Amino acid sequence: MAEGSVPGEVLAQRRSYEFVEAWGMAAGAHSRVLRPRNVEEIRASLEMARRESVPLGLRGTGNSYGDASVNGQGLVLDIRRMNRILAFDEEQGIAEVESGTTVRDLWKHILPKGYWPQVVSGTSFPTLAGAAAMNIHGKNNFAVGPIGEAIREFDIVLPNGELRTCRRDQHSDLFHAAIGGFGMLGVISRLVLQTKRVHGGYLNVHAFANHDLAEMMEYMQAHRGVADYLVGWIDCFAGGDGLGRGLVHDGRYLAPGEDPDPETTLTAAYQELGPNIFGVIPKSELWRPMRLLNNDWGLRFINTVKYWMGRLEGMGPPKPWTHAEFSFLLDYVPNWKWSYGRKHGHGLIQFQTFVPHEAAHEVYTDILRRCQRARIVPYLGVFKRHRPDPFWLTHAVDGWSFAMDFKVTPARREALWKHCHELTELVLDAGGKFYFAKDLVLRPEDVVRMYPEDKLEAFLKLKAELDPEERLQTDLWRRVFGPLRDRARAS
Amino acid sequence: MSTATETTPQAPRLAGIPPEKRRALVVGASSGMGAALVRQLAGEGYRVCALARRSEELEALRESCAPLAAATGGQVSVRTHDVTDTAAIPALFEEIVRELGGLDLIVYAAGIMPAVGEQEFDTRKDVDMLRVNTEGCVAWCNPAAELFQTQREGTIVGISSIAGDRGRKGNPVYCTSKAAMNTYLEALRNRLGDYDVHVCTIRPGFVDTKMTQGMDGLFWLISPEEASKAILGAARNRVNVRYVPLRWMWVGLVLRLIPSFVFRRLSI
Repeated sequence: MAEGSVPGEVLAQRRSYEFVEAWGMAAGAHSRVLRPRNVEEIRASLEMARRESVPLGLRGTGNSYGDASVNGQGLVLDIRRMNRILAFDEEQGIAEVESGTTVRDLWKHILPKGYWPQVVSGTSFPTLAGAAAMNIHGKNNFAVGPIGEAIREFDIVLPNGELRTCRRDQHSDLFHAAIGGFGMLGVISRLVLQTKRVHGGYLNVHAFANHDLAEMMEYMQAHRGVADYLVGWIDCFAGGDGLGRGLVHDGRYLAPGEDPDPETTLTAAYQELGPNIFGVIPKSELWRPMRLLNNDWGLRFINTVKYWMGRLEGMGPPKPWTHAEFSFLLDYVPNWKWSYGRKHGHGLIQFQTFVPHEAAHEVYTDILRRCQRARIVPYLGVFKRHRPDPFWLTHAVDGWSFAMDFKVTPARREALWKHCHELTELVLDAGGKFYFAKDLVLRPEDVVRMYPEDKLEAFLKLKAELDPEERLQTDLWRRVFGPLRDRARAS
Repeated sequence: MSTATETTPQAPRLAGIPPEKRRALVVGASSGMGAALVRQLAGEGYRVCALARRSEELEALRESCAPLAAATGGQVSVRTHDVTDTAAIPALFEEIVRELGGLDLIVYAAGIMPAVGEQEFDTRKDVDMLRVNTEGCVAWCNPAAELFQTQREGTIVGISSIAGDRGRKGNPVYCTSKAAMNTYLEALRNRLGDYDVHVCTIRPGFVDTKMTQGMDGLFWLISPEEASKAILGAARNRVNVRYVPLRWMWVGLVLRLIPSFVFRRLSI
């Protein structure tokens, strides 16, 4: 793209200089943000970065907990303006979208037609470009795999401006590398996704309160075949015999005809709760009182109440939850992360660990004990079952994941990182993995250990081939992979 | 004198504002309140970027601030810029923020008030006022708002005028431009309140600047230095709207209460 051409000029008017922050607020940097509206403007963005000899980081709605979409040394491309839903095939449930379309845009468009995205994250805000790049998973990972399994095709703009259309059988390498490639190979601009037929606006949700970790794992293992969604919540403060106590929610789709009034329940209005609790308390202000409880004693209290409420819930019959309610628990309280503090240096990280089935119980028992001993206890613990998938840099294993939300404060940051590094050792020793959408603590030596050597080498080779100037970079890339040329020299 | 310059510069204590959080941008800094604000900020150890159309005045300002800044560890840089060149602003804003190493305070002090005759309806003159007073304000405060919102920190100060309180015979579009500025700043304040960003609207009365030179019937006239002190005081106390000096508040109150059919007959 020559200088002064139209897309470049248009782009120059849609730029801003912002503090680009990790979702968990524990990292961030000032950057120029570019907001392309089409492929031409994506090319112009790449060209702008090339002209200024700075790296370009890719970002959607910035929902990665860590630094996956932060680029402190250059420009940031924000894909959100490309958010058109291009087509939806109501016969087969195939959606074609521009990649800045969010999970929320998608479900609102397709649910009234009787479909639900095959894989969604715990929040509905991520863009599908980000979801594909991080290869997100949902509470049904054990059954259907990550979002990559639902992607039939995508367009990707390579750093040299070339547009490639990838499918499983066309540019297969790039297909399997770019999904989960955390935005390091190109800018995904268009996606074709398979969605799932649903026969009602809600799920039947069974609740089960477990006394300890083993019981939770047993339940989830036993119900893998019948449940469509399985998610465990762990009270990380509970020790002794109750170590790992918590709740399992087991969600099941309705059979055809089971929902008496799908016309109503499939509407977006039915799916979402109003902005107020009991009609009067605005949810948007809830983070303020939550801030008062955002400490060890407060969370100990909340967790205890939640656990015992869960025991009551578990005694009752299955309850109907709408798809949106069940899937997007994290959206229930807007800006809840602010309860972790809003000043710089405060926030949260999520440390999500993936451990193979055989080792999981032992490793997770050890992790919980160590957290309690170190008095660095996660305020939220979420437990899920996973299965492997064919993507090169996948985080999934045939086993379990335990995601831990840790509060970050300036005073405790160093101790927290050290703590996480200790836990990282346990996970890696057991053959486990981590997930870049959640990460802010991994080091280069950890990443080398977590991927099969051939997959990692192939990925870096593809990166060097498609992006020899390393135009696409983020803080995450520099933290865990470092400059490619240094790696080449080292090896 | 030489010993004074050799001692380490010491920024004066300002409650709640650590030395590393003193980075300011003043738009419309070549004279009047803008210049006074730059001088005061430099004396407080701020790194200030001063923007204006007239480069000689800016240079003079920079030189006059140099000793103050050297004593406090502050710094004044200047840039020639015409606020009506809105297309240039996003890039210039970024350049300045990079140079300052961040931004904590932006003051929009640019404003023009050409004399308008009683029977004059000069669209060009009027549009110029709108462009400098209103459009320029929006074009500069928008990028600042975007930055401050995302960093959840920062203060925006807009120097409006008591003239925005009512539509007066004397200079209809000046009043309009300031009323628009008031509403814009109020909206910005409401929008950014959730992000801990403060927006302060300043409504000065008569200040002894070029704008008021040769005007009749001036009273309660204060110097730009007095005004700048009051302005920064208000901004730091997170005041929403401040008349400067404060007693103009009563004038503003009365002005706003006068019914239209009476106001029409008054020569104000």
